[in-house]
Amino acid sequence: MRNSTPKDIGSINFGLMEPEEYREMSATKIITADTYDDDGFPIDMGLMDPRLGVIDPGLECKTCGKHSGSCNGHFGHIELAAPVIHVGFTKLIRRLLRGTCRECSRLLLTEDERGEFRDQIDESRKLGRDLNDVTKAAIRQARKKDRCPFCGEIQYDIDHEKPTTYYEVQQVLTSEYSQRIAGAMQGDEEEGIERTSPDELAEETDIELSRINEILSGSFRPRESQRKAIEKALDIDLTEEDTNKLMPSDIRDWFEAIPDEDIEVLGIDAERSRPEWMILTVLPVPPVTARPSITLDNGQRSEDDLTHKLVDIIRINQRFMENREAGAPQLIIEDLWELLQYHVTTFMDNEISGTPPARHRSGRPLKTLSQRLKGKEGRFRGSLSGKRVNFSARTVISPDPTLSLNEVGVPDRVAKEMTQTMNVTERNLEEARRYVSNGPEAHPGANYVRRPDGRRLKVTEKNCEQLAEKVQASWEVNRHMVDGDIVIFNRQPSLHRMSIMAHEVVVMPYKTFRLNTVVCPPYNADFDGDEMNMHALQNEEARAEARVLMRVQEQILSPRFGENIIGAIQDHISGMYLLTHDNPRFNETQALDLLRATRIDELPEPSGIDDAGEPFWTGYDVFSELLPDDLNLEFIGTVGDEVVIEDGQLIEGTIAEDEVGEFGGEIVDTITKVYGNTRSRIFINEVSTLAMRAIMHFGFSIGIDDETIPEAAQERIDETIEDANDRVEELIEAYERGELESLPGRTLDETLEMKIMQTLSRARDNAGNIADEHFSDENPAVVMANSGARGSMLNLTQMAGAVGQQAVRGERINRGYEDRTLSHYQPNDLSAEAHGFVENSYTSGLTPREFFFHAMGGREGLVDTAVRTSKSGYLQRRLINALSELEAQYDGTVRDTSDTIIQFEFGEDGTSPVKVSSDDDNDIEVAQIADRVLDSEFASEAEKEEFLGMKRQPTNLSEHADTRFAEETEVPSDD
Amino acid sequence: MTEVDYAVDDDTIAVVEDADLPRRLKDEVYETLEDRGDATVEDADELAKAVEARYIDTRVEPLEPVGTVSAQSIGEPGTQLTMNTFHYAGVAEIDVTQGLPRLIELVDARKTPDTPMMTVYLEDEYATEREKAHEVVWNIEATKILALGDVSTNVADMRVQISLNEETLDERLITPDEVAEIIEDNLGVKAIQNGTEIEFGPEEPSYRDLLQLVEELRDITFKGIEEVSRVVIRREELEEGDEQFVLYTEGSAFGDVLEIEGVDASRTTCNNIHEIHRNLGIEAAREAIIEETNNTLAEQGLDDVNVRHLMLVADIMTNRGEIESIGRHGISGSKDSVLARAAFEVTVNHLLNAAIHGEIDELDGVAENVIVGKPIKLGTGDVDLRMGSINPGPGGQAD
Ligand SMILES: [Mg+2]
Ligand SMILES: [Zn+2]
Ligand SMILES: [Zn+2]
Repeated sequence: MRNSTPKDIGSINFGLMEPEEYREMSATKIITADTYDDDGFPIDMGLMDPRLGVIDPGLECKTCGKHSGSCNGHFGHIELAAPVIHVGFTKLIRRLLRGTCRECSRLLLTEDERGEFRDQIDESRKLGRDLNDVTKAAIRQARKKDRCPFCGEIQYDIDHEKPTTYYEVQQVLTSEYSQRIAGAMQGDEEEGIERTSPDELAEETDIELSRINEILSGSFRPRESQRKAIEKALDIDLTEEDTNKLMPSDIRDWFEAIPDEDIEVLGIDAERSRPEWMILTVLPVPPVTARPSITLDNGQRSEDDLTHKLVDIIRINQRFMENREAGAPQLIIEDLWELLQYHVTTFMDNEISGTPPARHRSGRPLKTLSQRLKGKEGRFRGSLSGKRVNFSARTVISPDPTLSLNEVGVPDRVAKEMTQTMNVTERNLEEARRYVSNGPEAHPGANYVRRPDGRRLKVTEKNCEQLAEKVQASWEVNRHMVDGDIVIFNRQPSLHRMSIMAHEVVVMPYKTFRLNTVVCPPYNADFDGDEMNMHALQNEEARAEARVLMRVQEQILSPRFGENIIGAIQDHISGMYLLTHDNPRFNETQALDLLRATRIDELPEPSGIDDAGEPFWTGYDVFSELLPDDLNLEFIGTVGDEVVIEDGQLIEGTIAEDEVGEFGGEIVDTITKVYGNTRSRIFINEVSTLAMRAIMHFGFSIGIDDETIPEAAQERIDETIEDANDRVEELIEAYERGELESLPGRTLDETLEMKIMQTLSRARDNAGNIADEHFSDENPAVVMANSGARGSMLNLTQMAGAVGQQAVRGERINRGYEDRTLSHYQPNDLSAEAHGFVENSYTSGLTPREFFFHAMGGREGLVDTAVRTSKSGYLQRRLINALSELEAQYDGTVRDTSDTIIQFEFGEDGTSPVKVSSDDDNDIEVAQIADRVLDSEFASEAEKEEFLGMKRQPTNLSEHADTRFAEETEVPSDD
Repeated sequence: MTEVDYAVDDDTIAVVEDADLPRRLKDEVYETLEDRGDATVEDADELAKAVEARYIDTRVEPLEPVGTVSAQSIGEPGTQLTMNTFHYAGVAEIDVTQGLPRLIELVDARKTPDTPMMTVYLEDEYATEREKAHEVVWNIEATKILALGDVSTNVADMRVQISLNEETLDERLITPDEVAEIIEDNLGVKAIQNGTEIEFGPEEPSYRDLLQLVEELRDITFKGIEEVSRVVIRREELEEGDEQFVLYTEGSAFGDVLEIEGVDASRTTCNNIHEIHRNLGIEAAREAIIEETNNTLAEQGLDDVNVRHLMLVADIMTNRGEIESIGRHGISGSKDSVLARAAFEVTVNHLLNAAIHGEIDELDGVAENVIVGKPIKLGTGDVDLRMGSINPGPGGQAD
């Protein structure tokens, strides 16, 4: 039997559930807090009742009959002894209490007001605004009413004591009314208030004198109207606040009477969510599968946090019922009720402010329902939006320059684990049998087979030969991964789409994934212990998508800036620089050696004959072999001179970073855009291998001697530094004498600091320049800096000249002790030395104090990086979340998934950011195209059709499908 | 038939008009054909086809998830931005928030930026004459009493004494009468003015009141705009060697500045997108967001980020006609889908609210479909692929 088709979720409705619904879906009522009996069997109607589902393998679910793994579990329920409030809705409960009548429960709004808010709700629904804003406004309006417009009942204020207690606050006659009245009648001479006699009071308030006397003696409580009259006459307040606690049962009764049409005004869907359902009378018990218990090593069971919480609830619930039946005093009942409320509250949310969290015996706060959903590791972000997957592998990466950039070296032990499903047909039957007969241990073997009836059989060393015989068409074979399979490869953090690319597998010995170094920039990978993930694709659709859209060569151009992000790096650049800088000559053997790892297996005509009569080939000519024959380019290159390529021949210039490098190397970029991804991949592969051969030919190393300068130069540097120190002293003296003039908009102190910084930075540059004079252009550090391979002249300056000023927050180092940076200096010493100027070079070595300042500057960098990564990570998450729904449509508009138009044309002109570099304005050179179409000859009709867009280049699906290019050059591909 | 202003025949027009090209490129094709003169209809057709092929090739492809690509293109270089809040922006005298904090501030659509600032361009003679430009400066920069003269307190007589500096008064175009009047209006005291000397004190002799008055006096803005604490004037070169004065301000009050005589409202800007929105409308706010984000990135050497990505961000922030932030309080918090909102932030509240309002999640977006395990409706998930089957069943036909 095959798996039945999984159901497709069409939409999800949200709402509250009514108690009856909880009971209906419940598999059993839970009445006992015990879980297992002495024999280790779950107790009936206990929290682990077998009707709630099974977690132990082998057992059968008593409700659905399925076994663990296929039974999803079933809810139970607890009948609560008294209603309790759902913590999630405390705010809404407060609002409803305030906005509805305490007598007839109707919303305290007139018909007109209702209409207005109903319209607002409709509008908010349509516009996708927050309905709560309207609810709030409506309640605010309703609270203004003193009396119910329907039954006339006086309305009282509602006090909410967090989290779940509500009081009705009434203004009632104070018990001290007689004293207060008497006191006020005494008058106050100082304040100039006259005495009031009972007669006068009676007259003023229109109350009979005898009543007044009764009131004054305290034997008669004045009615409300009388109270008001007396209050007015004597200008006093005779009321006090009386708070009346509303029990959840009262609130439930109150809410039950709210008519449906009244709640709709507040935006509550009465159909699905009656307000009284916010007060729980039945508590659903999650299935055991949602709170599995684990058996510890010592055989003891350890229960889930939810189970612990449910035990508490049931215990209190039972005590509550027992006490009530025994007729316990109201006070005890109320205490138990509050305790029950606390447990139900913390069962839902254990992080309520003002409520002590429920704790485990060990003191750790319990992780209850809300905590399971919230946050990065919560259900939503941790388990639903990001899922763990099968068929994935992770290991350390290491470089392999012999691989194509499209390939990845996969350890054989990974290849044997991560299988691909083969649908056996008559055509591949032989092949399938071969895999199976190899068994699971030998490399291109198989791990499982599946018969047409759905049975899965494990291939073992023992049964593999036999099983191979049985394999027939329509079987499935899970074969090992082999060379040429496509896999997805990823390095975290996955900041852009080039962080996940598809590679073709090359199975290799040892334990690391191997990459061509040119794919390091898109992954931002290096080999200092970086690990990467691999995913084997499990269906044909995924494999096709990966090949066509995700393969490395399809990602050569970055959509961020529209130029190539893959290209030669580091030693490749140094190598190309050495090969082309002075256009050196090579004899036949050398030239062939340089080109041996490329498709070129025949040298071109020699560039010339040297004095000894031997033919030679120049670096230009060797490099030009890799270029497309009709490539024409002219631009200013890395080293500042012009690079000229005519008809695929390098005429002039040095090939380095700006030519073939990873971020917008001009030649790579042009080849990709004009000749396509496949040609570009071949070019990058060949440039990198040629560069490696070249750098090996010349030899390239760097050591301490390359940064050491002659003594004379060192003396000059010392002089320069001394000079700078003197000038700083002069500045300080001028400052102290008050002769320093401040720069516009700066204080005197700031001005001094700026001038000192300037002086010192100039000193460092001068030291660097002196050092530079002693480095030839052949110096490897200079070669690397000039070619753009690695490092800069600044690095060299710091190594050979002086390290220079250390800075924290963009200023000289000013922190540390009071008025000084270190106790080695006098207070208020403003000199260069005392504020972190390092006059030594890395080669000469730093003094302890310099070293300390250097570490301070270094530390700032580390802190900065740490803060930055977290901040920019959050920025990225927000941006992705806000923009993830946007898609370009067939009509050119950009819309979100609910079809709202965001742009009528992407980027105002519909130009793809991948195909056009950011600094170009996408000029299509019509005249140039005209020259090409109308004047020049095409090599073939096919080429012309391709140019006219009538025929598309065939999709290149694999390294092994390069025949088209092979035919062109009539050289078989060897990569 | 479309009317065309080029010397080409109708057949040519027919084939060129047939091509899927924007007007601009069609015109260029005509122009090229016209220049060549001898082009046949076939030539025109081939040229149009070739141009069309180039054009289509550089167009963004239908069903491309441009949103995610743009978000990544802005977010990814975020790791390369500095955290150092202060940096110099063209004008060394004014510190402006730069780098990552500024970028975050922009997408957050903060009500006021950390360091508000304006760039004020001037018109006509105000832009060319230093005197005139200074006039504008004094109308913008908030002038406090300490800039106008010295303040001393005479404890014996319980008087505050101000001796104004005549030069500065002249320079800032304010008279001692005016100063006295402003003091009277703001502090509610009787000020005695005698030449450049102004004197006043509390009604009842009280040392506390006296100090209080001095405190309040210091806060009074005598001239200019309260919010603008400093104005820096700079001479900048225009094309053709002309020069103009440009003002840079610390603090911003965009609406007020536009009203001031001599200010060129067509070029003057500020770095507060809300102020721009209020004064110039949503389209200007969109431009401002693009401009500001672009400048922030460019300042850090990331000017290679394609503006189209920034446009998309600006467009989604201004899509509803008001500026919405990117995040919980803006776009992410107002999504249709409950699950998408719950998966972003404040999970539980969104679920509880959804229950109360009886919301329905139609599962249209990306996040919610990932959650329920369905293919998302973007890119290759937005097309259906059907393969022909060998024996068409009763329900479905092979197609
Ligand atoms: Mg690393
Ligand atoms: Zn079951
Ligand atoms: Zn009523």
